[in-house]
Parts: sequence; C-alpha cells; structure tokens
Amino acid sequence: LAELLFWPALLLYGEAAVGYFGDVRRPGRAGRAATWGVRLGWLAQTALLAVQATRDDGFPWGTWASSLSLFVWLVVSAYLIWGCRKPYRLLGLVVMPLAVALLVVARAGGGTGNGTVSHYSNLFLVLHVGLVLAAFAGFTLAAALSGLYLWEERRLRTRPATILRRQMPALATLDSLALRTVAWSVPLLTLGAAVGLVRLVGRHDRLDVLIAVTAATWLVWCAYLGLRLLGGWTGRRAAYLAIAGFVLVIVVRLALPATHFA
Amino acid sequence: MHLVLVGTSHHRAPVELREQVALDPDDAQALAARLAADGREAACLSTCNRTELYVVAEDPERAERDAVAALASLEPEVEPALYRLQDRAAAHHLFRVAAGLDSLVPGEGEILGQVRLAYELGTSGPLLDRIFRQALHAGRKVRAETAIGQSPASVSAAAAALAEQVFGSLDGRSILLLGAGKVSEQAARNLRSRGAEISLVANSKTERDRIDEELATVDVVIASTNASSFVLDAATVAKRLKGRRGRRLVLVDLAVPRDLDPAIGELDGCYLYDIDDLEQIVVETLSLRRREAERAEAIVAAEAEKFHEWHASLDVLPAITSLRARAEEIREAELQKADALLARLDDSQRRAVEAVTAQIVNKLLHLPTVRMKQAAAAADGVLYAEAVRHLFGLGEDER
Repeated sequence: LAELLFWPALLLYGEAAVGYFGDVRRPGRAGRAATWGVRLGWLAQTALLAVQATRDDGFPWGTWASSLSLFVWLVVSAYLIWGCRKPYRLLGLVVMPLAVALLVVARAGGGTGNGTVSHYSNLFLVLHVGLVLAAFAGFTLAAALSGLYLWEERRLRTRPATILRRQMPALATLDSLALRTVAWSVPLLTLGAAVGLVRLVGRHDRLDVLIAVTAATWLVWCAYLGLRLLGGWTGRRAAYLAIAGFVLVIVVRLALPATHFA
Repeated sequence: MHLVLVGTSHHRAPVELREQVALDPDDAQALAARLAADGREAACLSTCNRTELYVVAEDPERAERDAVAALASLEPEVEPALYRLQDRAAAHHLFRVAAGLDSLVPGEGEILGQVRLAYELGTSGPLLDRIFRQALHAGRKVRAETAIGQSPASVSAAAAALAEQVFGSLDGRSILLLGAGKVSEQAARNLRSRGAEISLVANSKTERDRIDEELATVDVVIASTNASSFVLDAATVAKRLKGRRGRRLVLVDLAVPRDLDPAIGELDGCYLYDIDDLEQIVVETLSLRRREAERAEAIVAAEAEKFHEWHASLDVLPAITSLRARAEEIREAELQKADALLARLDDSQRRAVEAVTAQIVNKLLHLPTVRMKQAAAAADGVLYAEAVRHLFGLGEDER
C-alpha cells in the first residue's frame, strides 16, 4: 500500500512543479492544474505517512530518510496555506521541485516504505524530530518567499512592459510573510533542539557534526530575526540572509544526517 | 413588443456634440419617463462617451421617431450622428456596452455602474428589466472570465498599480507631489482613491528644505515640474534613505525633461519609473485588453443569443399558453365524463389517474412547445403560432 501511495504523491508533485513553470510562460490553466496537483499529491502523501505510522507501530520516522519524507510533507503543508491563492502560486516554482527532489532522495534512502524501526522512544521523536522538522519546513517556506521577493523586486527594477500582466503579491507582503514565518519557526527549532540537548546530556552522548551545523543554522535564523526586528533590515538584504539560512537547512537535512542517526 | 435604440457615442460624435446631449441623472430619468408614455418602457444611458435611449414599444417606427426627436431637441445637429438599432441588434449593442467592448478604452470598469444607473432610473417593464439585468450579468461575466479589465489603461493608473505592487495596500501611504501638472494631479488622484494621502505639494525651487524633510518619511514621490535639470539627484535621496530604516520609496517621474536622477533607481529600496516606462506598460496593457476583447465578444454574443431566444419566444407564448389551456380543458372534461367509473376508485387511485392523464398531456405538448420556441428564435414563430391556432381551433370560441 505504501508503494501504491508513494507514486501518485511523487507524480502529482512533479506535475505541479512542471505546471508552475508553465504558469510562468502563460498564466492560467497550468497554474490551476499545478495547484490541484499539490492538493492531491499532499493527500496521497498524507495517506502514505498514515500507512507508515500504522504499520510501524506509531512513529515511523526514526531514520533520516523517513524523516526527510515527513519534512517534505511539512513543507508542502506550509505551502498549501498560501500556495492555493492566485498571487502566491509562483511560490510553487521553488517549493515543488524541491519537494520532488527530496521525496526521491527519501525513497532512495528507504524512507517511504514500511519496516523502519525507531531506536528512540516515541515521545522523544515526536518532540525532537517533529519540532525541528516543522521549524525547517517554516525556514524553507520563508526562503521560498524570499526567493519570490528577489524575483519580483528584480522585475520592479528592470521595469519590463509586461510587469503588471501577472498578479503577484506585493513586495511588502512577501517581506512581512517571510518575517512572520521565521518568527514562528525559530521558537520551534529552539524547543526541538532543547529537547535533543536534554536527552544528549541524559545519555552522556557526545556532540556530533549535525548538532554543530544545526546550532549554526539556529544562529543564522536568530540573527535574521534580530536584524529585522532590531536592526531595521528589510527587503533584499533580509531575503539573501534567509536564503543563506535555507542553504544550511538543506545541508543539515541532506549532508550530515548519517552521523546523527548512526 | 420591440426594442428600439437611438443614440450617439464617441464613435460617431466629437466631444463638442456629445456634451450637448449629455444628461445628468435627474434629466436622464425625466427623459426616460417622458418616452415611456403610452405604456412604453424606456431608459436613458448617458455618460461622457455616449447618450443612448432604449425604448420598448409596440410600434418601433414611432418609438424611434420619438427618441430621435427627444435627442434632437437637446441639440439639432446631433441627428446625423445618431445610430438607430432594433431588437436583436439593439440588445447586442447594450450587451457590448455593458461589457466595456464599445468603450474608448476596452474593458473600462466604470460603464457597468453607469448601465446599472440607467436601469435604475429608467421606466422599466418586463422586457427592459430583462435586457438590462442580462446585460449587467454579461458585463460581470466578461470581467470575471477574461482579463480585459485587470490591468491599468492610463499612465496615472499604471503608476498607482506599480505603487500597489510595492506596498500592497496604499491605505495611509503618503505622497509628495513635486510640481502640479495635469498628469501628476491625475496620478495623485488615482493614488488617493486607493487610500493614499498627499503630504506636500511642493514647488521645486522655493521649497528645497521641505522636500528634503519630506523625503525622510513619504512613500511615493510624483514629479512633474518644468525644471530644466534634475530636481532630485541620487546623492540627496541616498542621504535621506539612511533615516528611513529600510522603508521603500516609489518615485514616479512624469516630467520631460526628467526631474529625477535615473541613478535613484539603483538605490536599495527605491523604485523609479519615468514616463516612458509607464507608457510602455499602458501600451502592453491595451494590447492585452484587445486580445481579451475577442474572448469577451464570444461571451457577449452567447448572452445576447440567450436574450434573443427569450425575446422571440414572447411571440409564440400566447399560442403555447392557449394550447396548454385547451389540452387541460379537454383532460378535465374527459375526467368529468368518466366520473361514474372513477367513483369506484379510492383517493390514491383517483390521484394516480389524475397524475397519469396530466403526464400524458405534458408529454404530448412538450415537443411542440420546444419546436415553437425554436421556430420563434429562427423568425418563423408567428407562422407556427398561427398554424397551431388553426389546427387546434384555439381562440375560435372567443370569435
């Protein structure tokens, strides 16, 4: 059953990614089809995760690959909050190709099937992995909003005659949405990391590379919040910082989990 | 009943002539009421681009003469510039007007409200009521299903739309006006209609200090002075940006020669547009509107066709009503004859017999009814109606 649900989810996310590119060339039908692809793909992936949870006795995300699948689901869920609205459709240009790529990686790592058994207690996973992944999903969305900001800002500066042809969110709106998303995500990461640290100290474990890079990621996003709220940073500078923070999120998600889960 | 349209518009009459026959709402209402004498229906649509009289009457020739006379009484020279349409063509014209397809700028949104006002102030009956409601529906449908009215169609509207693209809502945003030309006034008016406020109207030469001061706080600068050199240079704006804590600034330069240093557009948080940028956007917008107009025409044609079918069915409606009444009369009479037999049945059985006979009548008459309505839409309706009257002997009793 997990196999049966994985492919529709992947194909629908893929259709959405292609649809959003089509929407850039000719706004309208392709964008609407892409949005439906996201909705239906999300339903398929939700069912997939539910099946995994049922088969694996509660919480199946004990491996980095399966947690990556959950991460994709969280990112798409967060995107669905705004992505269905017409002006925000183009966020899908960033979010959906990423979702497809990460879902493929999750499958390659065995994270979308059954039989993964957690080495950790369920409560620990729910709090630690759940909170950290939710924060990372928020950072991903904030980075997508920042990417859209930079694209829109470039158009407003280069002043093409077609600038008003497409309905887009205003710069100020994108900027404030990114800030609000990060403002929700940083406390989640702080809590998730704190739970992990408590367990680390309790088990007398040593720090690993993943923990160090996660701490660096946390610092970058705290700096983002501080600079925006206290330093008056807005617009382009803030958008570049958000994208830098997102690069660290991807590094944490993809490059280093082997050390942490070993 | 026939629909008659007599009017003139920017296609036929120059502004000097149009302004002579333009009517304010009170006069338009009075004129419609005058034309609606003798049981007619009438409405007057008067805007800066058109004055049109819609009259529903039994005698279309007389209604047309009266409408022409009414407009000629306002300005005799308007007569050669008048167009006169009837029934299907008149309805199609009103639908195009409501959709903004007959406007100077295709898809402009104001006309829909003006058509609604004409409808509300007119002396409506069943036909005028139907046609205006359907025209308003067609206008709304065109705007919902095409992009004909989505983009700005003037330099001032383009400036306001760009400001919205930067700030989102313009509610409470402040505007600095440098110079006070006609175009900049229009742009400021457009921004104010979206919630922005003018904080200062400045003369570039005498109020240099105040301009510098305002630059620290305003959101939009509109420049259109007669100065021969830049009124604001990049260095001045850059200095003022430091105190703005990242607040964005939209600058619109409507002057030729330009008032604002193009290098301002390179500064972080500044978005500068000159008259060429805005005009290119308007040209693009208008070409988009013209492309969308083709789709809008198809929607209007379909809606006009629906109206035509309904209007044509009015010719055969009395014959259909008589036919159904006659059939019902026969059914009831036959049931009366069989009363003795039916008396043996209980209530539910009697109800079943009633229902079955009614169903037979309905089924028999369904196809002739549909065919008569179709024939009416194809202009053969009256002939069919006569044939039905003759074949079924309808109306013979009254004779």
